[in-house]
Amino acid sequence: MAPRSGRNPGDLAFEKASAFFASVVLFLAVLLFAVLLRESLPALRKFGASFLVTGTWDPVLERFGALPFLYGTVVSSFLALLIAVPLSVGAAIFINEFAPPWLKAPVSLLAELLAAIPSVIYGLWGIFVLVPILRDGVMKPLAKYLGWIPLFKGPVYGPSMLAAGVLLSIMIIPFILSVSREVLATVPQRQKEAVLSLGGTRWEMIRIVIGQHCLPGIFGATILGLGRALGETMAVTMVIGNRPDIFASLFQQGYSMAAVIANEFAEAGGLQLSSLILIGLLLMLVTFVVNLAAKGILSKMVARASRGI
Amino acid sequence: MRKALGILARIAAVLLISFAVVTRSTAADPLTINGAGATFPYPLYSKWFYEYSNANPGVRFNYQSIGSGGGIKQITAGTVSFGATDAPMTDEEMKKTSGPVLHIPTALGAVVPVYNLAVVASGLKLTPDVLAGVYLGRITRWNDPKIAELNKTVTLPNADIVVAHRSDGSGTTDIFTNYLTTVSTEWRAKVGRGKAVNWPVGIGGKGNEGVAGVVKQTPGAIGYVELAYARQNRMKVAALRNRDGNFVMPTIEGTSAAAAGVAKSMPGDFRVSLVDAPGRESWPISGLTWILVYKDQKDEARGKAMVRFLKWAVTDGQKMEAALDYAPLPKAVVEKVDKALKQISFKGTSLY
Repeated sequence: MAPRSGRNPGDLAFEKASAFFASVVLFLAVLLFAVLLRESLPALRKFGASFLVTGTWDPVLERFGALPFLYGTVVSSFLALLIAVPLSVGAAIFINEFAPPWLKAPVSLLAELLAAIPSVIYGLWGIFVLVPILRDGVMKPLAKYLGWIPLFKGPVYGPSMLAAGVLLSIMIIPFILSVSREVLATVPQRQKEAVLSLGGTRWEMIRIVIGQHCLPGIFGATILGLGRALGETMAVTMVIGNRPDIFASLFQQGYSMAAVIANEFAEAGGLQLSSLILIGLLLMLVTFVVNLAAKGILSKMVARASRGI
Repeated sequence: MRKALGILARIAAVLLISFAVVTRSTAADPLTINGAGATFPYPLYSKWFYEYSNANPGVRFNYQSIGSGGGIKQITAGTVSFGATDAPMTDEEMKKTSGPVLHIPTALGAVVPVYNLAVVASGLKLTPDVLAGVYLGRITRWNDPKIAELNKTVTLPNADIVVAHRSDGSGTTDIFTNYLTTVSTEWRAKVGRGKAVNWPVGIGGKGNEGVAGVVKQTPGAIGYVELAYARQNRMKVAALRNRDGNFVMPTIEGTSAAAAGVAKSMPGDFRVSLVDAPGRESWPISGLTWILVYKDQKDEARGKAMVRFLKWAVTDGQKMEAALDYAPLPKAVVEKVDKALKQISFKGTSLY
């Protein structure tokens, strides 16, 4: 609204104050980017674009590349989505559509409590509970019988890309679950009844309703989970094995961008420090690109969904 | 509007009062000496600061355990009265300081190989070659003949060796890789020494607890942690063949012996490595930890208090080390430190 003469001075002051707060947010984002860029300049100058495709991380010889970390972050996060999305959406449908009322509250409460647990606790639980279970119950049998598939090749140690992906998936389930439930709850009761009245089964009702109405929302929930998985640090570093290498096998160790920053920042100097900051900048760009792409896809989906109804 | 002014006035009043309180209370406070640096000696320093301030109420210490690198950065920038580090400053780092910096050794630490083998008790014998071979990825099975011939009385399992190392930059890694660099030409050529290195094999764990977590949770794992950590957590430790050819278990005495072994040849600036030290009982992966102070102090009272504290730390303070699983400095080294403390001065006069 354009400012008009003769307005209440209180209104004007409020408008200016809120504009100031808005500009602070903008300023902070720009400052963040500028500082990261400035501090990473030495590494940028030295390595240039090769930083993105180099697989070596050698603090002694000062040769640095981000590829293993990029790979680890992306693979562990998508692995987490692969597990978390079907689980959470399935759970959301069950809680909203099928669960008896006495079960709804405790299940959703527990799921939300999962979101409140600090990530370092997840990490410890990962080391002491999840990793041994995965190692003996999943990885060893898989490596033994399906080891000829590169994805499941041994040796099996425990801390691995798979462990990181599974742990991350548990961490992002509450987010995807609660947003999915909200989305499912927005479906008008009449539409559901309409499908049922035409002789549809419950499965058909859910399929049609979700297909027509809820896909954009569930996609949004997925992106929320992905955002959290990409930036997760402590829990990942505790179970991923922290090895800057790229393996086809999910049972081998990996490293993530956030983890290497957390690990090496305190004792780094010179080119190593600059390279770590450059990784931070890359991580910021990765989350930025993912979010932008998600927004684009989302708006298309929303348009299609609203056309369909 | 008037209301807003009233609130502002009240906020200002509160600020003024609290400012007055703060300034008055600092005037009554004892002398506070700020320090920052290594995490390894932090438990020992905390104990020292507590005991020393109890005996000398006029002095108080504020120590931030931000890591050795941080300690060097802070003393270089002059934001603290003393720094602390597990890895001596390099010549390049020494050039960046505003004046000569002294390395005052305060304690000794040891790094020990720990392992998880259900059927093997503590004390598995390893040679420098074998340890380097394991960390280079050349020896990958526990029943490798090179390990078996050292441990003829032990039945070694036919299992993979899972190598664990620190993923965070640390003085512990610096000492460990310094040792491997010293005893193995292949390690020197391929990997080298540093607080973080490009490990040929293995799983990274964050901190001593991270490495210990990997070792404890993974059958067949081997890792390295600080002696104090291995003792407090009752981990199985390996016996290493030292330079004199004896297999020694990691102990506090063995660590002090390593320092005694190099005491004679110790340079005046104490920037010395204790790895692979001579001596019958010497534990080969030992290292010093230092407090860093400027030789020329800018503040007489602070400088004097610092010198008095350091004098106490290397004498009376040494008695508290063993209880906290640190190895005390041998006598020969304490005498050398005493001479070094005399160099600390204010405007040319010694503060000793």
